[in-house]
Amino acid sequence: MPDSPSLVLKGGRIVDESGERDGDVVVVDGRIAAVGADLSADRVLDASGCIVAPGLVDVHTHLREPGKEEAETVETGARGAALGGYTAILAMPNTTPPIDSAAVVQQVLELGRTAPCDVHTSGAITVGRAGEKLAPMAEMAALGVRVFTDDGAGVQSNLLMRRAMEYARGLDVVLAQHCEDDALCGGGHMHEGEWSARLGIAGQPAEAEELMVMRDIALARLTGCRIHFQHMSTAGSVAMIRAAVASGLPVTAEATPHHFTLTHAECAGYDPVFKVNPPLRTAEDVEAVKGALADGTIGIIATDHAPHTAETKELPFDQAPPGMLGLETALALALTELDLPIQQVLAALSWNPARAVGLGHLHGRPIAEGEPANLCVIDPEATWTVSGRAMASRSTNTPYEGREVRGRVRHTVLFGEPVVIGGEAQR
Amino acid sequence: MTERSRHLLDIEDLGGRDGIEQVMRLTDSFVEVSARQIPKVPALRGKTIAWLFYEDSTRTRLSFETAAKRLSADTMNFSVSSSSVKKGESLLDTAKTIEAMGIDGIVVRHASAGAPHRIAGWVDASVVNAGDGWHQHPTQALLDCYTIREHLGGLEGRRIAIVGDIKHSRVARSDISAFTAMGAEVVLVAPPTLLPPNLDGWPVTVSHDLDAVLPTVDVAYLLRMQRERMTEALLPSLREYTATYGLTCRRVDLLRDDALVMHPGPMNRGVEIAAEVADLPRSVILDQVRNGVAVRMAVLYLLLGSGAELPPPAPADPTDQELVRA
Repeated sequence: MPDSPSLVLKGGRIVDESGERDGDVVVVDGRIAAVGADLSADRVLDASGCIVAPGLVDVHTHLREPGKEEAETVETGARGAALGGYTAILAMPNTTPPIDSAAVVQQVLELGRTAPCDVHTSGAITVGRAGEKLAPMAEMAALGVRVFTDDGAGVQSNLLMRRAMEYARGLDVVLAQHCEDDALCGGGHMHEGEWSARLGIAGQPAEAEELMVMRDIALARLTGCRIHFQHMSTAGSVAMIRAAVASGLPVTAEATPHHFTLTHAECAGYDPVFKVNPPLRTAEDVEAVKGALADGTIGIIATDHAPHTAETKELPFDQAPPGMLGLETALALALTELDLPIQQVLAALSWNPARAVGLGHLHGRPIAEGEPANLCVIDPEATWTVSGRAMASRSTNTPYEGREVRGRVRHTVLFGEPVVIGGEAQR
Repeated sequence: MTERSRHLLDIEDLGGRDGIEQVMRLTDSFVEVSARQIPKVPALRGKTIAWLFYEDSTRTRLSFETAAKRLSADTMNFSVSSSSVKKGESLLDTAKTIEAMGIDGIVVRHASAGAPHRIAGWVDASVVNAGDGWHQHPTQALLDCYTIREHLGGLEGRRIAIVGDIKHSRVARSDISAFTAMGAEVVLVAPPTLLPPNLDGWPVTVSHDLDAVLPTVDVAYLLRMQRERMTEALLPSLREYTATYGLTCRRVDLLRDDALVMHPGPMNRGVEIAAEVADLPRSVILDQVRNGVAVRMAVLYLLLGSGAELPPPAPADPTDQELVRA
């Protein structure tokens, strides 16, 4: 393999797990070759006024391929991820066909090989994500799958979930749960509360999420299997996870930017761009999620990036599919809306998620000589206006259209290659 | 008075009591028109109104159609089969198609709450909500107000019980909004399974004891009990519902002599209302239907016509100058 030109990220402030310091970062052949003052290289990328951080890691990305390529492809999703500062993303298995076999895992990984982001995939816990029998988890794990989830749905059967957790323990993989009791949700389309009652839209109560969180904490105790709670959205869920973590159970949790920035009041205009699962909740829930991110109960910010075509989001609220874009806005929303130190924001966006899904050896690494060069350069003061059309995604369903946010990705470096330079995708 | 909305999507669009009273006064004029030998005025001549009914409707559709014809509007039906909805036909495409034909008003009924709101955001035409999911049915509430006003002189200080499946009822949501805006007090009477799970901010009281409520109210407004609610475990049986919340022959005598019985139709005789009760003089259900035409004339005139208040009716002059001007 021919030597690629060396690269220096110049004049930035380095922030990683070990702390903060000023310094240039030289990258050669996919690895960090040197960190220090006044370094030079073949190519210079300006990082002055910027933070140089490990690349971000999203543990919850819907790439829609195979099956819904009109909404997103692995390539377009990966490009959006790179623009958002991500160097690794974890695809969710609710594609068509679902990612529930070695063949589909291979297909997605193959599509990801040429993408401008390190694409990994989760596998389904059950065949067809139907919640009836276990998917061939060992077969998928042999291809490198480290996370299993039926995301889009929770595993409803208590017994099947117990078996899945027991089986997963033997494979040293993590199960990730979309917590929602289907029967209690009863076909709801938004959070059950003041707004659903007023708007005449069937609601899904917070308790539908909380019951499954409660059950899975109990099953983690029973089986000893690691469980990761996806998109936690209620104050009740947060309280249970806080207690579970305190009692030493192997539990991690993620929160999405929309659950710490938006409430169910957004649904007042019946615009399905605000329809999402779990739904936007109350202001108290938003505060609880923010509190959990602040005290570390929730250690991971995940996007739940869920592209949908304009046609489907033009359906009436109760017919439109749930989900919203997230990859290109997550970092800015975290910087704008969370009053947290930069290192804590980056922990939640980079090294914590990297470790939670078995990518800690490649991503979210310290910025030091010899480490894989997966980096992002962030201008923390740059303000910009969110526009769905300006995004790399094939879809435009951002709930933040027109919102001014602070913090923008200037460069992204993937295994030494600058895939984003000056906010522009390079491929 | 606040600037009036171009649309009637929910009762709140009328801007409160003043707006509702304006509709009531206009309705008086159109009741008079409807009583003429030729019950037709040229108020909306040259205007075109499209019916966009995504959900089956006989009475509301017929009532709007009659209202439009009495105002001399041209009407057309945009036939929407339920299958095209299932195919995922975009509301936007439909709305834009109608708009391209130069339509002035669109009357929408849809099984999905908020569908008329979405359409209103996409078109320049005035949109009238003829019922959207569980959300609202504003012209029903207006005709209910008019009927109560006709029989009791007004709504101020009156106490109205709305009985039955409030949770799934667009009529209830509109009625609560309109009745309370007009100064009435509303008590909801239903089992908790048929109430919205959250009533924060609703200007109502709640009771689960119809026998206790009936002697205290001026109007008992009964909602249609839909049979499919049984399958959702919201009620044990229709029989038990009738026994606890039905307006039976025994229960109707608990009402004061001058109290009214109302129902938006279609009735399930023997379920929420006994057949004999429906036919009592105090049951003003057919008056509701009759007033529906005049109320819808008023609404269409308000949104599509000059919007000016009509002068007191002058029956001698069939051309009605004020209406011609519109």
